[in-house]
Amino acid sequence: MVAATKAPDRIPAVLAIVALGIFSALLLLLHDRWAPLIVVAAGAIALVVALKTGAAAHAERSFAAHERSMNAVVIAVFLGVLIALGRENFSLLMLCTVLLYGIACLGLNIQLGYCGVMNFAGAAFFGAGSYTAAVLAAHTALPHPLILLAGGLVAGLLGSVLLLPLLRTRGHYAALITVAFGILFRSFLEVNDTLGGPQGLVVPGLNLFGWSLNDPITVGGVTFSFYLNYALFTLLLAIVAFVVARRIERSWIGMNLDAVRIDAVAASTFGLNVPYLKIMAFVVGNIFAGIAGAVFAMMTGFVSPNDFDFSTSLVLIAILVLGGIGNPWGILPAAALVIILPEKLQAIQEYRFLLYSIAVIAILLFRPAGLFPRRLRRFFPVERAS
Amino acid sequence: MLGVVYAMVAVGFTLYFGVLDVINFSHADVLTAGAFVSLVAYRGLSAAGIELPFAVLGLMLVAGVAGMAALGMVIAKFFVLPLRYAPPFITLLMTLMIGTAIREAIRLFYPSGSNAQSFPALLPKTAYHWGNLLVREDTLILIATGFAVIVLVSLFINRTRLGLAIRAVAQDGETARIMGIHFEWIVLLVFALGSALAALAGVMNGLYYNEISFSTGLRLGIIGFCAAVVGGLGNMYGAIIGGFLFALLQTLSVVAMPSLSAYKDVFAFAAIILLMVIKPTGLIGEAVSERV
Repeated sequence: MVAATKAPDRIPAVLAIVALGIFSALLLLLHDRWAPLIVVAAGAIALVVALKTGAAAHAERSFAAHERSMNAVVIAVFLGVLIALGRENFSLLMLCTVLLYGIACLGLNIQLGYCGVMNFAGAAFFGAGSYTAAVLAAHTALPHPLILLAGGLVAGLLGSVLLLPLLRTRGHYAALITVAFGILFRSFLEVNDTLGGPQGLVVPGLNLFGWSLNDPITVGGVTFSFYLNYALFTLLLAIVAFVVARRIERSWIGMNLDAVRIDAVAASTFGLNVPYLKIMAFVVGNIFAGIAGAVFAMMTGFVSPNDFDFSTSLVLIAILVLGGIGNPWGILPAAALVIILPEKLQAIQEYRFLLYSIAVIAILLFRPAGLFPRRLRRFFPVERAS
Repeated sequence: MLGVVYAMVAVGFTLYFGVLDVINFSHADVLTAGAFVSLVAYRGLSAAGIELPFAVLGLMLVAGVAGMAALGMVIAKFFVLPLRYAPPFITLLMTLMIGTAIREAIRLFYPSGSNAQSFPALLPKTAYHWGNLLVREDTLILIATGFAVIVLVSLFINRTRLGLAIRAVAQDGETARIMGIHFEWIVLLVFALGSALAALAGVMNGLYYNEISFSTGLRLGIIGFCAAVVGGLGNMYGAIIGGFLFALLQTLSVVAMPSLSAYKDVFAFAAIILLMVIKPTGLIGEAVSERV
């Protein structure tokens, strides 16, 4: 390696990823009342120790230096976790949910993290995708990949209604518009009878070019849960979404979006078309959320307004903030934390939301930039700098 | 009646925003907590054998208002002030989570708190007829109280020395400090005032509907927030107008389209979005200046 002098080792990052993988697999595999609690406690202690001793910062640096090869490591570890969980329906369902929320959050990250457009209606766009999938799959013979795409497009179109208000307002006023829209969307679904009202709609399972994802696969006599199909498919989708988001960030568009977020007036004096960039970020982000929502609907087989209320939007935002706004890598661990943890802490069933909100408050007080803060943009590869 | 409650909640939001530029989403759950504290006070009083309605009501109000004022100060001191220099988003999430924590605490620790609780009807319910109009005495009392409180708060802000200090901090915290105003005290005072208003609104809401639940505040809070923003954040009169406007919108949509009354929230929120397009910084706009 040319960069041996400057770039840190790969080992700390690999170790960290593997540790995270083992942690989440353990958490998902243990069904006992108290065992998950012990795992969580051990994980929390390990995290604090890692932060205090600087091991975490070390791993982070090494991760940033070898991002390309680390992509592969992350995917490999994730696949390992998937196979370890191969027959656990519920655990796989949760992993899929993590990935789908992650995709939606990648979209929100383009809006909020890069461009600075607030969106408190993430769940509404997620839900728009879900309902589109539900209606189209039930009433038309469109091939399912097209339906997923349509889910994204409908979410994007629905978001376009908000473009004019969003461009005219800023700051808290813009936030209000999305809050109002999120609530409007939900109360509309709840009272609209053609869309199932409060009961929701039943959605057929996903079928890709004749391969029904609801049939379990059998490899060498071992039958895996059919959720494994969905997990693999969502993993693929998440990789695509991640690559797209990352390419946007690295490109000139990403630079321009950053400029708009940091100072819109200054950006416009440098000739950037601020409304255009905002529109682009908002629509692209909503399309991400819509596609994720469409897959979610077909995976769970059922959509109802309760899945898309204001608090779901808040969960999406919480994932983003916990992971570190603007850092797409932070989203996955944060999503896992926010979604899996409350589900697994069965021993404290009733108290889990209380503990969860207290945990978020603590993280905000002691680590306000999120667990994995966004790093400064690297304009040159490390190799060249040495 | 709805308008008065909305306006009181909105005034709270706008007060916090004025002094700290913070949207305090825990406001809604402070309201619920206030109602529950007074309910506990009521239970305690009736167990102690005190029956006189107005004495009971007075003590309930004192308990709720004082308790929430204290809670508001705690929230400001330990959760909002430390984040003063953090991005606004973080503060927002923080207050949301505090709200969730309060809501869940009520749900879990109040006996059978996940069900709606009946709130005592302490006001006389005599009804008067004026032609087709039916007015209950408790409604009149509540509306009058609400108006009186709003007028008192606005007098306090606009006519007293303390109010002057609040307005100074709202305009420019740094300069206010130079002028010898104790910044932190003023912030705490404002949080106490806003939370006390929330508690009062919570009790009024309980007295009117004779029912409260742990999620009562959530809806009121969102509506109050919308009202505050529509009126123009940081402007008290705007918040009051916004509160009444929202109630008016809901009622109008029911009157105009009775068959679609289930959609009243949809129409109200759609109207709010439309209004923001026409007046992007609220009805009584903030003075916006670009600094480059």
